[in-house]
Amino acid sequence: MSDEKREGAQIQIRDLHKSFGEHKVLRGVDLDIERGKINIIIGGSGQGKSVLMKHLMGLLKPDRGQILVDGEDIVPLDDYALNRVRRKFGMLFQYAALFDSLTVGENVAYPLVEHTKMPKVEVEKRVIEQLASLGLKNVEKKFPAELSGGMRKRVGLARALILKPEILLYDEPTTGLDPVATKNVDDMIRDISKDTGVTSVVISHDMASTFRLADRVSMLYEGKIVVSGTAKEFLRTDNETVRNFVEVSGAVEMPARGAQ
Amino acid sequence: MEEAERKPLSGLAKAERLVDRLWAPLVSLTEVVGVHLQLLGRAGYWLAKPPFRVAVFLESAEFIGVQSLIIVAMVALFVGMVFALQLVSSLRQFGAESFVGATLGLSLTRELAPVFTAIVVAARAGAGMATELGSMRISEQIDALSTMAVNPIQYLVTPRVLAAIIMLPLLAMLFNCVGLAGGYGVAVWYEGVDRGVFLENARWIVDSRDVLQGLIKATVFGCALSTISCCQGFYASGGAKGVGQATTRAVVGSFVTILVLDYFLTDVILIVQSK
Repeated sequence: MSDEKREGAQIQIRDLHKSFGEHKVLRGVDLDIERGKINIIIGGSGQGKSVLMKHLMGLLKPDRGQILVDGEDIVPLDDYALNRVRRKFGMLFQYAALFDSLTVGENVAYPLVEHTKMPKVEVEKRVIEQLASLGLKNVEKKFPAELSGGMRKRVGLARALILKPEILLYDEPTTGLDPVATKNVDDMIRDISKDTGVTSVVISHDMASTFRLADRVSMLYEGKIVVSGTAKEFLRTDNETVRNFVEVSGAVEMPARGAQ
Repeated sequence: MEEAERKPLSGLAKAERLVDRLWAPLVSLTEVVGVHLQLLGRAGYWLAKPPFRVAVFLESAEFIGVQSLIIVAMVALFVGMVFALQLVSSLRQFGAESFVGATLGLSLTRELAPVFTAIVVAARAGAGMATELGSMRISEQIDALSTMAVNPIQYLVTPRVLAAIIMLPLLAMLFNCVGLAGGYGVAVWYEGVDRGVFLENARWIVDSRDVLQGLIKATVFGCALSTISCCQGFYASGGAKGVGQATTRAVVGSFVTILVLDYFLTDVILIVQSK
């Protein structure tokens, strides 16, 4: 089967521990990120979701454990070697993290200018195409501060996508957006996943979005993954914490306990 | 109340606690110095790796050097002038006003130029760098650089430290010239010191080793103030308030470090030069 390589886990996290001083944030996380799927990690504030995500790209070093990206353990790599692995990734930050000293066009072009020898005309063309594919026109000359939150996020996404990454990380993509903008971002995540076959990892505490999008849902609680599975499997759990978390949101109805 | 409820400590435990308490500030000072030196080391390491960030370097050099020209010149002018005023009034009591030029020249080249230049640049550019890097840190722009496989130290810290190291001696040289001109103006035109005596004594006493001493200091101060400012900004945390605190720490830390370094550098340089 030629598709076999495209199946299965692209990132495997094994027994990941991380403390900041006395504070233990991750206490043995085990998680598989499925290739080409939308993997959503939910959890309350301060449960270490962002810390976990930062480990995936080597922005933080764990105290213990393994992170295998396409089978390669990235934990022992130094900055220089990590830069090679990081080029497989794109990341959309919670507040887009655009460089505010550069224009929108320069922001989106930045990875191309850094990592390719593409001529300037070609770069400009690619930038305009990328922005247009996300529904943004005539914004290249503007500065990030002149855009709305939703637009900034789309620019951030354009910047993350421009090098055609294999894995896209989204850090709470819908936080701070109104319901319509939230829906737009959700649609964008789904379209990108469908069109490019990229592996998506989304951190969220937005239950409605989560169950609209997810191929797989995992919940991080007290530094561990307590439940992980497809959206259906996830909703059937008996785990009290998970049921509570989902029910309180009121966004989805949980089947009765023990229901099949 | 709480004290009374605790068990009384034995003599040894008391002594241990006292040592701990005295030791703690020293440990944290060592830690702070260590973090700065580590960042400086990494900035140096990334200087040796391609690519060199020419555009950021030029921008930083412009910000640290060119944009400081006017303020450094103004400070130099008035420092030279007030120093001449004080020197004339005190040296005149000993009938030694012929030495105004020499004393002013020595003080400027050895001490005033490097120290004042560094303090002006720390207040202006140091604060600016700490705020800029701090804002980039809290808005995750520094993390964003890493995710795009760009090393943030190489991109942000190395060019700034290098620019400060190159720009500070140049600014100190400007300080020397403007300060001496200001002092000359006050001493000769306002206080009536003989022009020939002023210049001849200055030329006789002040030599290239004095100028060199000042320029070496300026270089070291430039390295120190840019490392401190970048470090505070780079590791800032805690939102807008955190950036404010980082900026304050950058400026205060730079001032204190410049003055402390000044003493020890002077000591070393004088010993070396007297051999």
